Amino acid sequence: MKEEDLRDLNLPGYEIPPELTGQLAITTLDRIYNFGRRASLWPMMFGLACCAIEMICAQAGRYDMARFGMEVMRPSPRQSDVMIVAGTVTKKMVPAIIRLYNQMPEPKYVVAMGACASGGGPFKEGYNVVAGIDKFLPVDVYIPGCPPTPQALIHGMILLQQKIDKQSIKHVRWYDGKKEDSVAVPVPYLGPDLIDPRRIPEIKAKAAELAAQQQQLAPEQA
Amino acid sequence: MLTGKGILKGLGVTLKRFIDTYLDDLRWWGKRYYTPEGIAHRSSKDAKGVFTIQYPEEKLPVPEEFRYKPFLLYDEGPNGEKNIRCTSCGICAKACPPQCIWIVRGTDPQTGRPVPQPAGFWIDADICMSCGFCAEYCPFDAIKMDHNYEVASYTRNLMDMNELLKPVSYYASIRPLNYAREEEARKAKEAAKAAKGQ
Amino acid sequence: MATPAPTDTLDLAARFPGAVTPDTRPGYTGWVVTPEKLLEFAQFVRDELGYDYLVNLCAVDYLPEDRMEVVYNVFKTTGGPGLTFKTWAPRKDPIEIPSVVSIWPGADFQEREAWDLYGVRFTGHPDLRRILMWEGFEGHPMRKDWQEPFYDEDVKPFKRRWPDGKHVYAEKRSVYGDNVYFKPGFDPEKWTPTDPEEALYKSLKKYKTETSDGIETDHIIVNMGPQHPSTHGVFRAVVVLDGETVVSLKPVMGYLHRNHEKIGERNTWLQNMPYTDRLDYFNSMTNNWGYALAVEKLMGIPVAERAEYIRVIMAELSRIQNHLILIGMLLNDLGAYFTPALYAFEERELILDVFEAVSGSRMMCNYFRFGGVVRDIDEDSMKKIRDLVFDRLPRKIEEFDHLLTENEIIVSRLKGVAPLSAEEAIAYSMAGPMLRASGVPYDIRRADPYGIYDRFDFDVAVRYNGDMYDRYLIRLDEMHQSIRILQQAVKGIPEGPISSQKPSYTTKVPPGESYGRVEGPKGELGFYIVSTGKPNPWRYHVRTPSFVNLTALEKMCVGTKIADFVAILGAVDIVLGELDR
Repeated sequence: MKEEDLRDLNLPGYEIPPELTGQLAITTLDRIYNFGRRASLWPMMFGLACCAIEMICAQAGRYDMARFGMEVMRPSPRQSDVMIVAGTVTKKMVPAIIRLYNQMPEPKYVVAMGACASGGGPFKEGYNVVAGIDKFLPVDVYIPGCPPTPQALIHGMILLQQKIDKQSIKHVRWYDGKKEDSVAVPVPYLGPDLIDPRRIPEIKAKAAELAAQQQQLAPEQA
Repeated sequence: MLTGKGILKGLGVTLKRFIDTYLDDLRWWGKRYYTPEGIAHRSSKDAKGVFTIQYPEEKLPVPEEFRYKPFLLYDEGPNGEKNIRCTSCGICAKACPPQCIWIVRGTDPQTGRPVPQPAGFWIDADICMSCGFCAEYCPFDAIKMDHNYEVASYTRNLMDMNELLKPVSYYASIRPLNYAREEEARKAKEAAKAAKGQ
Repeated sequence: MATPAPTDTLDLAARFPGAVTPDTRPGYTGWVVTPEKLLEFAQFVRDELGYDYLVNLCAVDYLPEDRMEVVYNVFKTTGGPGLTFKTWAPRKDPIEIPSVVSIWPGADFQEREAWDLYGVRFTGHPDLRRILMWEGFEGHPMRKDWQEPFYDEDVKPFKRRWPDGKHVYAEKRSVYGDNVYFKPGFDPEKWTPTDPEEALYKSLKKYKTETSDGIETDHIIVNMGPQHPSTHGVFRAVVVLDGETVVSLKPVMGYLHRNHEKIGERNTWLQNMPYTDRLDYFNSMTNNWGYALAVEKLMGIPVAERAEYIRVIMAELSRIQNHLILIGMLLNDLGAYFTPALYAFEERELILDVFEAVSGSRMMCNYFRFGGVVRDIDEDSMKKIRDLVFDRLPRKIEEFDHLLTENEIIVSRLKGVAPLSAEEAIAYSMAGPMLRASGVPYDIRRADPYGIYDRFDFDVAVRYNGDMYDRYLIRLDEMHQSIRILQQAVKGIPEGPISSQKPSYTTKVPPGESYGRVEGPKGELGFYIVSTGKPNPWRYHVRTPSFVNLTALEKMCVGTKIADFVAILGAVDIVLGELDR
């Protein structure tokens, strides 16, 4: 371990004898926990659209995300820490994405890369497009841009690292068991349109309301 | 026939590139990283060896025409007031392909007549496709494309007028050539107008 | 740019009295065939007239005239201009048109797309299922009277944006508060799920054998994708295996179907330009060109001389970076994990630097305008291009050749695998390098020249074995030819204006139809557009090489090993943005 890394870990206010600098750090559990996570964020090898190409560029020689410990792109959700949603999320694809997210072990993070993943992007008006992955998953960092350049992506990932630094093991969402996010996200399914299981009562009520309106209108027309 | 000659030939290429890494480091000792000429060398036709730009410590300079997100320009008045160039003519909103620009035309509070000032201006950054049409077709040079790509955040991005406004001096600093060209055109136009008026 | 159709000299109407009439609508060309005689006519066109290559097939919804039209663009693989013919049926379900799959097997996916998006039932189609949307989706979304949940207005610009454009999220306006719509009275709890995959699995060829000792052997079904590192995006293939050998295979697509055409018909003519960037996101320059070409043809405007050269330079640079990445990724699929790909990305970055400097964006260039290009190439970029074209790229392509071509592992993995004969390639409407690797020297730059390609001296790269190794080699050949073109273009580029038109955000396009085709790096990229004289296209169809080239995927894969499937798919060079649109 490098000396600078140890200095980052050290809590202020605790003097370390000079003969032990570089060998010892006094720290909190949070810091060591966060240090471990932030320095080896393994993204999932998971490209959806145009942004995925910029994600590959960020991994390739010129920008080289390996410098941040993020070079290990894992094709399996079981081995990855962060899901970079890189591209347009379509209704046909979203069940697969949610399933993959549920399969990721905690701690897990979601980065919405590009306009499409953040909020639908230029294709938002389309009939097969989900307007932002945050409708289903808790997004940690949004990176606007169409597509974000590799440097913008790396900036977003640095922001994610900063977010991790501030987290506390006591409050993170996944160890609680009671918080909404600590349980699996219900997987939407494809019916006449995309059905989000969490919204079933809402859809039912609205559809009934529409039917009632239609019935009211029908006699008038007749 | 499997002689392995082809594999060795290929390995030769990788070996050469591997050695180049060290040779090029030695040749550019001390100025390969974190210097403008080092970055230029690594982006040139003679680039060899490690190709990496050490972002965020060093950044690849973006070209003048680089476009990321739009912003609105204001001229700084002598007393620090902001004279927004936008006249809310709506051309950018009409030209915008994904229709992510929303403008409320300003009205005079007394007369209720439209004034050349936007009362509200939003750009939905989560829809914007960075195509640059708004900047290209704005007749008043009031909306331009920004160079700042470090805009990631923890929330969704809906940019309102406050976020969008940036001074002309900023624009002149990121796009000096365009700025000079536009100023020249403006001056020529004003001179022509003045000549006509006389 | 106007290509005189040979149809003028042919009197097809006399050959098929009462069944074939010339299309006399202003701005239209070709023939209108009655559905009853369609197959006979198609057979005649293919066998007697030699139009053996069906390039484009798409449906057009003429709502005011109450007709659903299907348009066919056919060409001769010996070169020359094409023939357009149409057939139509009243717009009342079921809309039935005979399928031409028996004549041109390449119509397979294109007819399925027309069924999915327009609800045109092609009688006699062997496997008519939805292709982009899922089975069970309600409605045929490309029809003009079908509205999506976030529907705002029929055409852009929307009135809601200006002058009283208080920002509202589209979610707030839609009925269900999201991009979904259900029929009134729909009850998700009582709704019985129909398996959207059922039809797919039924369409697969399966087998079951029994040996004499009563041991049953069953098939294995493997689903690859939509999340799989080797499918180059969100593509999915369902493979039936006998041990390791592929018995049957069906590609499943639509996981990136983002409604390009529906949005395109709402956009103004110019607004479509940046959207085309996102089709094949590796080659936005070529996409721009295809679209600009189709519109310019309809408008009948010339292109500025300097802009023609700039277009060639940009398109050929695109081709080089595309092929470099293809080779890198193909090697990835073969297991040479990342070294060639990383080398390729290095060169690509240098080419992207040029694109970024001239157009403002690395990938989404949005560089072409009708009549020219948006911005001139500055001296710095010109120098960079010269450096690349005369020095760096030839050197690096040579290096790739040294690195890979003779490598025994690559040779043994590629040689003789998944061959496709010239006849099959033509029948399946393969395009681009895939067609030329099978021994058909068909390159639109030569066969039906556009732009100023007739001025350059270059060879049409062609290889004759049609196997995987040839598909790899042809990419190297094409890069060499691109360098040749680039060197001539860079030397010959004249000074002058870069556009024949005044910059304007509105475009006036006379009524009519037009099919613009360019030789994209992946194959023929065609745009079929119909104008009614309004500021927006009535029909905007993109014929993409990735989509049509996949028609032959099953043909190529059956009988090979599952590991080869990954490489075969890699060599087809698909990109999901244009596959699903």
